[in-house]
Amino acid sequence: MYHKLTEEDVFALRELVGEEAVLFGDQISRDYAKDELGGIERMPEAVVTVRSEEQVVRVMRYAYEKTIPVTVRGSGTGLVGGAVPKEGGILLHTAKMNRILELDEENFTVTVEPGVLLMDLAAFAEEHDYLYPPDPGEKSATVGGNISTNAGGMRAVKYGVTRDYVRGLTVVTPTGEVLHLGGKVAKNSTGYSLKDLIIGSEGTLGIITEAILKLLPLPKYSVSLLVPFKDRKSAIEAVPKIIRSEVTPTAVEYMAKETILYAENYLGKKFPDTSSDAYILLTFDGSTEGQIEADRKTVAELCLSLGAPDAYLIDTEERKKAVWSARGAFLEAIKASTTEMDECDVVVPVGKIDEFIDYTHRLAEETGLRIPSFGHAGDGNLHIYLCRDGLGEEEWEEAKKACFDGMYEKAASLGGLVSGEHGIGYAKKEYLKKQYGEGPVSLMQGIKRVFDPKNLLNPGKICF
Amino acid sequence: MKILVCIKQVPGSNNVEVDPVTGVLKRDGAASKMNPYDLYALELAVSLAERFGGTVETLTMGPPQAKAVIVESVCMGASRGTVLSDRKFAGADVLATSYTLSQGVRKLGDFDLIFCGKQTTDGDTAQVGAELAEALGIPNVTGVLSVEEIKDGEVFLTAALDNRVLTLKAKMPCLLSVGADINTPRLPSYRILREVKEEQVRFLSFEDFPDREEKHYGLNGSATQVERIFPPEKNTEKKTVEGGVEEMAEALFGLIQSRKLL
Repeated sequence: MYHKLTEEDVFALRELVGEEAVLFGDQISRDYAKDELGGIERMPEAVVTVRSEEQVVRVMRYAYEKTIPVTVRGSGTGLVGGAVPKEGGILLHTAKMNRILELDEENFTVTVEPGVLLMDLAAFAEEHDYLYPPDPGEKSATVGGNISTNAGGMRAVKYGVTRDYVRGLTVVTPTGEVLHLGGKVAKNSTGYSLKDLIIGSEGTLGIITEAILKLLPLPKYSVSLLVPFKDRKSAIEAVPKIIRSEVTPTAVEYMAKETILYAENYLGKKFPDTSSDAYILLTFDGSTEGQIEADRKTVAELCLSLGAPDAYLIDTEERKKAVWSARGAFLEAIKASTTEMDECDVVVPVGKIDEFIDYTHRLAEETGLRIPSFGHAGDGNLHIYLCRDGLGEEEWEEAKKACFDGMYEKAASLGGLVSGEHGIGYAKKEYLKKQYGEGPVSLMQGIKRVFDPKNLLNPGKICF
Repeated sequence: MKILVCIKQVPGSNNVEVDPVTGVLKRDGAASKMNPYDLYALELAVSLAERFGGTVETLTMGPPQAKAVIVESVCMGASRGTVLSDRKFAGADVLATSYTLSQGVRKLGDFDLIFCGKQTTDGDTAQVGAELAEALGIPNVTGVLSVEEIKDGEVFLTAALDNRVLTLKAKMPCLLSVGADINTPRLPSYRILREVKEEQVRFLSFEDFPDREEKHYGLNGSATQVERIFPPEKNTEKKTVEGGVEEMAEALFGLIQSRKLL
């Protein structure tokens, strides 16, 4: 059904985007066959690096005419196989479309191309005294990738997720048509929100070529608080109480001692305190020092009244670095502690976090797998890792399946969902279908057919 | 065992602005913090007191608001601290500063060990520790990495000397200047903060000192004068290497070699 690329196609593509921009056959590095998720690989037939919307249109029109599948890739930092070209075809590499096009200080927006890296966008905004609030752990991800997965991150408790900051999108459809969705406007009740359909669609409906993002004034002050608890249960139970107090922290992260020790090992640097089994790390930001000090005091007092032995103050660049660098290294530290790992990014109602983590500990005992976790305690989004360690291929696959089946079923029973921020991609398809069932999945499939009748864009992902 | 740690309040941001006309550091309204290098000294001191028994006190010189770093040191495990504050101390260079500190130490009593950070982030001279030891007439070891043992009036330690590590013993009392990054300083405790008492922060002025000769303090007691302060030039040079893997590696290697980084 799909057309296999020939020398002739490569020649034609090179005519469209330039000789250097097309890699074919042996020229393609294996890196393009996978993302950060281990285990799923497929080589693309060609890698096409585009530098403009016009080039995206040309390539897409050609692919549509020839029925060649197209998978979009930014930095390739996804964790669910979303950028793996499952059917081969063209891998459309958009990382070089990385210009920041406009800062509109009247409307508090920044317009960017999809290949701009999250860290570059954050730094650009800060330089101009603005904040781009979405703050996923992977700072080298592209903005296009963040929009495609509706990435969340640590500041979601106060500021929400990527979707809340996308005002407008320019999208190239599978037929090569350019759509302008949304705009610089703050409100929009103009028919179906197609822009919101594109956000989180993981490159299956259209190719994002431009995004208008909302900015906030940069909070002038920020402090953190590290609160030790005697065990996980008392730490997690404190979270909804903190959120119910009159203070809104920017971030509320749960850290188990075990995970902190992996980070110490990985970074070769001691964490300021490891005397307790569980920690909650909170951040407060605001425009006056007095306000954040008062917020921090309120929460510190609350935590002490809930039985926390202390609350540690993190107020300088050095202290923030000592604590947050460890938090930022958790994923890589766990990865480095094992031979292979797979992850689960479920989101459960905040009040059910403890029950869910408790369940993962029981699973670890039953299956013998090591299952470290950490999470955004403030929004119920957990990152749970299955570590292969010394297991043989067959045992690993078997244990992994048993754990995933159990965890997704448990999450669903608690009112949770399959993915909080990493997306469905290829790896979590089965679980999405299982949880949502026939009705919602066939609606998703219908939407996909309307946008992409030939099923060319990122085939084999999310709902197909 | 009685331990004293000398600390200093410095500007809170590492990007301190210098007034282009007067050449003076802009401190007004800027947040301040404890000199980051002093945190390593304080952590080492507190952990030694925990290990070998004893108490830790802190000492600083500065305006009355320097009280904040004394309170912070108490939150990190010191039992109390002293601010040396007097208009007569203003404008001191390293010589006058270390002499003023030595008078503070003499007033406070005897200590077995005195710790200093390696340097400060605002002055960057790294001289006050050694000059304080001189003024007190006690031995001084710089670049201390660890303290292994304390017994029979002696301290056994390791210290860095360029690319060597020295194993030393010193007779107490002595002054140890502590290297950077030798430990992870503990975080200030909120539980202690809410219980800090007035008497844990003491103020001493010129009138309290054994030596009340004004010539020895502040600008009068300084052997050096600052002519001009200016921010170092920022290096914003960027170079992007493009091309194939081998090409980029070759270009990068060439760059590293030409800058004599290898």
